[in-house]
Amino acid sequence: MPTRDTFYEVMRRHGVTRRSFLKFCSLTAAGLGLGPEFAGKIAHALETKPRTPVIWLHGLECTCCTESFIRSGHPLAGDVVLSMISLDYDDTLMAAAGHQAEELLEQTIEKYDGQYILACEGNPPLNEDGMYCIQAGKPYVEKLRHMADHCKAIVAWGSCASWGCVQAARPNPTRATPIHKVILDKPIVKVPGCPPIAEVMTGVLTYMIAFDELPELDRQGRPKMFYSQRLHDKCYRRPHFDAGQFVEHFDDEGARKGYCLYKVGCKGPTTYNACSTVEWNGGLSWPVKSGHGCLGCAEDNFWDKGSFYSAVTDFGVMGGAEATADKVGGILAGAAAIGVAAHAAASVVSHMTRGKAQETSHD
Amino acid sequence: MQSTPMSNAEMRAPRKALYVFEAPVRIWHWLHALSIIVLAATGYLIANPLPSIGGEASQHFMMGNLRMIHFIAGYVFGIGFLVRIYWGIVGNKYSRELFYLPIWRKSWWKDLWGEILFYSFIRREAPPSVAHNALAQAAIWFFNTVLGLFLIFTGFALYSEGLGLESWADTWFGWVIPLLGGSQSVRMWHLFGMWLILFFAIIHIYMAVRADVMTRQTSVSAIISGWRHYRD
Repeated sequence: MPTRDTFYEVMRRHGVTRRSFLKFCSLTAAGLGLGPEFAGKIAHALETKPRTPVIWLHGLECTCCTESFIRSGHPLAGDVVLSMISLDYDDTLMAAAGHQAEELLEQTIEKYDGQYILACEGNPPLNEDGMYCIQAGKPYVEKLRHMADHCKAIVAWGSCASWGCVQAARPNPTRATPIHKVILDKPIVKVPGCPPIAEVMTGVLTYMIAFDELPELDRQGRPKMFYSQRLHDKCYRRPHFDAGQFVEHFDDEGARKGYCLYKVGCKGPTTYNACSTVEWNGGLSWPVKSGHGCLGCAEDNFWDKGSFYSAVTDFGVMGGAEATADKVGGILAGAAAIGVAAHAAASVVSHMTRGKAQETSHD
Repeated sequence: MQSTPMSNAEMRAPRKALYVFEAPVRIWHWLHALSIIVLAATGYLIANPLPSIGGEASQHFMMGNLRMIHFIAGYVFGIGFLVRIYWGIVGNKYSRELFYLPIWRKSWWKDLWGEILFYSFIRREAPPSVAHNALAQAAIWFFNTVLGLFLIFTGFALYSEGLGLESWADTWFGWVIPLLGGSQSVRMWHLFGMWLILFFAIIHIYMAVRADVMTRQTSVSAIISGWRHYRD
């Protein structure tokens, strides 16, 4: 790759027609929640801008982000972005392997210092000097730091890179650590979810590539365009929640009628993601649509937040003891009631004995 | 702002009655109590909804109404708290007792210990006090002021989730959500706060009634009329 092609040129070389290219641009604009005039802007940017290389690193993870990504609902969107990425580095998808693959990283740094986007899937474990994840003979955290030093911006794919995910669950033996706690000097976009929705991933990446800037982020570093609302806010079962119609058991009448899953533990009311609007597998379905509550996989620490099947969950008091607010609170209030009754009885006894004592002293 | 403590002689001087709780304090107390009852009942039912109702969803608005009542009562609780802070500044010296603990005063610690001994039936007489005794002041400072603020901050943070990003509630209180580890955690801490308030309410009511029955000062009638009467 001696000269820097534009995205459009790369796409054409991969057999994408102009018609399909324009369709992709308008679809992406719509997916990002931008107005119709942005389809042209995206097309223009992709036609004229030199292609931004994307390096895709894998730390401690399960590759579900990649699996999700390559199943992008609109096949073209996936193909297009994927072909742009696989040209550089993604050890799951690229043809190169071994030393040849690792050389690509150094070549990218040489050619595109400070210009490439670093997409991180998974996170580095920090215990034992990072020995729990070794790549090409070195701890992954070193590779991550090295690549991050020369990148323009970082995309933290999935809950692993964004929050830590399952490998960081209590007691986190390998000290798996999310990207933003390891790399402190680069802009980071968090795209949480286990995995994130494919269209959300391609959308975020396309936005960054086309507009050469980070999408607008919320307080916790997630793109507002996909993570500004809870599943609950746009859930098609919301009317049943507001009415007070709940599934009590997974085999009851309410479950058959498609009532709200809140009482069987749906975390939709506390989970920020685009599942209820974008849905999964090209709009085929999503957890609630299939009759099961949301697990809250896009939320920080979701694996340590207690039961997936109750609305009132453990709240991590007293060194991780499993207890819900209702249980601990109920015991406290009960103890107060018993204590008050006992104190009242003791007060009466004390009062009577004092009365007697005074009587005898008068004698 | 700081009131000078009465001398012991002053406190022990025989008195028939003392105006302790001014009208705004009394009105706030009862509005606050009412809002707590409504908030606790609706809040518990939001966390643990009633059995489902049948029929079309469009015929009912059970959870919607519970949440709306909870939000209105939350506004009463929150705005009442602000007004009460104002009155703590401009009101009489007893009106600000619930906002601070005079931990720098040796006599306060001595009184606190005295009250603990008194309520443990070890000492016959309680240390002299006027509005709130040292133990009552410590309890009311923690459960009303600290816990009340915690419930206001977590409550309006959760409320901001419905109003959306960049709403006023999100700007002022939205930062609480990541701080406490996410939306579900904030909910559970908020719920636990409700139980702590109930814990306090049980003891608070018992102590007030007990003081009326067993001591020479009035207590329950004082927060209705404002006057504390002394029976000796």
